[in-house]
Amino acid sequence: MAHTNAVFVVAEAQNGGLATISAELLGAGRAIANALGGPLVAALVGHNVASLAAQLGELGADRVLVADDPLLADYQVESYAPLIGQSVRSLAPAAVLLGQTFTGRELGPRLAFDLETAVATDCVRLSVEGDRVVMAKPVYGGNAVAEYVVQTSPQVATLRARAFEPAAPQAGRRGEVEQLPVQLDPAALRARVVETVRAASTGGPNLKEARVIVAGGRGLGGPENWRHVEELAQALGAAVGATRAVTDAGWVPASLQVGLTGVTVSPDLYLTIGISGAVQHLAGITGAKNVVAINRDPEANIFKVARFGVVGDWKQVLPAFTRKVQELRGR
Amino acid sequence: MRIIVTIKQVPDPDIPPGHFKVDEAARKVVPPPGVAPVLNGYDANALEAALRLKEQVAGTTITLVSLGAAQARDALKRGLAMGADKAVLLDDPAFAQCDSAATAAVLAAAIRKLEGADLVLSGRQASDTDAGQVHLGVASLLGLPGLTPIQRLSPAGDGAVRVERLVEDGHQVLEVRLPAVLGISSEVYEPRYPPLKGIMLAGRAQIPVWGTADLGLTPQHLQPRRLLRRLYVEQREAQVELIAADSPAEAGEQLALKLREAKLI
Ligand SMILES: Cc1cc2nc3c(=O)[nH]c(=O)nc-3n(C[C@H](O)[C@H](O)[C@H](O)COP(=O)(O)OP(=O)(O)OC[C@H]3O[C@@H](n4cnc5c(N)ncnc54)[C@H](O)[C@@H]3O)c2cc1C
Ligand SMILES: Nc1ncnc2c1ncn2[C@@H]1O[C@H](COP(=O)(O)O)[C@@H](O)[C@H]1O
Repeated sequence: MAHTNAVFVVAEAQNGGLATISAELLGAGRAIANALGGPLVAALVGHNVASLAAQLGELGADRVLVADDPLLADYQVESYAPLIGQSVRSLAPAAVLLGQTFTGRELGPRLAFDLETAVATDCVRLSVEGDRVVMAKPVYGGNAVAEYVVQTSPQVATLRARAFEPAAPQAGRRGEVEQLPVQLDPAALRARVVETVRAASTGGPNLKEARVIVAGGRGLGGPENWRHVEELAQALGAAVGATRAVTDAGWVPASLQVGLTGVTVSPDLYLTIGISGAVQHLAGITGAKNVVAINRDPEANIFKVARFGVVGDWKQVLPAFTRKVQELRGR
Repeated sequence: MRIIVTIKQVPDPDIPPGHFKVDEAARKVVPPPGVAPVLNGYDANALEAALRLKEQVAGTTITLVSLGAAQARDALKRGLAMGADKAVLLDDPAFAQCDSAATAAVLAAAIRKLEGADLVLSGRQASDTDAGQVHLGVASLLGLPGLTPIQRLSPAGDGAVRVERLVEDGHQVLEVRLPAVLGISSEVYEPRYPPLKGIMLAGRAQIPVWGTADLGLTPQHLQPRRLLRRLYVEQREAQVELIAADSPAEAGEQLALKLREAKLI
């Protein structure tokens, strides 16, 4: 089949609005579409999402395809992949972009393989050479960068959150909105969503959007010491994050895991306590503007990316630090 | 229940960053001397999940498949020692250039030759590619649901499992009719240490090797769709300012003052 030079973006909705990844996908998609000289198409699938179509137009989509149906309320790969796959097939775009979200990391590869093409996941940079998109992504835990080129069409990529400049909305800009027909037979689905369990809120700011994050690692020694991390976070009005060593040990919920296989964050200040700075953890904080480390091992890798650091036992350093922070911030 | 676990051997992910080297011309990692490759961590989690199912569901068998060079036997033996029943190595010079799609094609062919499975368990991602896609390719080729990342699974009556799939800020609970392919994560399935008896059995185990001819694969199946154009290490500048003070507590206080000075708090 002949492929057009269109770029197809799979947008996502969250809590009744567009998920932040959507503007990032449209920002990256616009650059690729301009380089290829083709239109930018956005698809949005879900329930009660039709009202968000106009926003996708304002963010730069030339065409917006909407599939809105109660049966699509919960993302489920078996219902989403054929639906999006069908419209990708009929549009034959040059490239398809999704987010490296919990939706995109399952949907993107499935879509690519169902369409007998290929995907690069977790991309942090895209560029165009001729009619090919060069996809750069960290590999080996973040120790190296690989640049891939998909030779078949469409070229599929999933994009890491907060790695691409979001498109700025242009008031009044319109995309041509179309409804996608939805024909779903729930009985044919082999997987059924029973419920969605939200991790208990930590009370503080949301980890992904936080400007200040206090993150704790295995060096804290045990769950009984976690309150020291929370106390400091409270004093700073910060969100709390953790390493995989901590979430796998069950001290805190998995949703607090920062890193390659957890959340990607980009705060102004990322304060680590008892974190060694494994590349897989650092992969989640490449967007952090200032990293601070308290660690008793002067050789710890975290000091390679930190702006300020204290080499010492947190048991001695942290209480004084937290007290001073409370004093400086007047609480 | 018949379970197939896909196993990949990878460079040790705990290699200190300073020892990590790439041969840019060959687009390959240069293994540091004396550091043996290991069983991919999430694949060990997948095998642990399989072993726990085996403990719950009578008559369960676990077969390991790995596409890799002869050395990947070590990863398979590790899996056998942990308690898997048998293992197959997929090794052929024609597999050397496999991309994710071709790897999925070889694994899917091996799963067919094994007459399928109720569950194919994979790691959510391999720690070299960090891609998280091969198992979804296998699912696509076999026409099965492919769900990932899964933190927990349990039997749910006849021919179904209940799984917890990670989503933003929590998890989704799904009931899945078998057969299915699942990408297993690390939250729950801490891999067990192989018991001595397992290690001895694994040492004696026969591991058959299957190549293109055994699997009925043609060059067309192995045609790469994605090229690795470049592989390189990005340099980071060390420029940390360490706070020196007479006591750790004083260092803590001075750190706070430094951050205030830099208008960060
Ligand atoms: C495929 C893959 C994906 C991964 N994904 C992630 C991910 O997304 N996120 C993630 O975080 N990890 C991830 N990891 C794990 C990662 O490799 C590390 O194992 C993990 O980040 C280590 O966590 P840590 O720094 O808390 O623990 P450790 O590495 O054990 O470090 C603890 C640190 O605490 C210090 N310390 C100990 N006691 C004290 C004290 N009293 N005072 C001060 N300092 C002290 C020590 O010096 C040490 O540096 C992944 C690994 C793999 C293989
Ligand atoms: N060569 C291989 N042999 C066996 N299983 C593999 C191989 N490559 C990938 N897999 C499986 O697919 C999962 C995802 O791999 P990847 O897409 O490379 O991240 C891994 O955790 C393995 O379970």
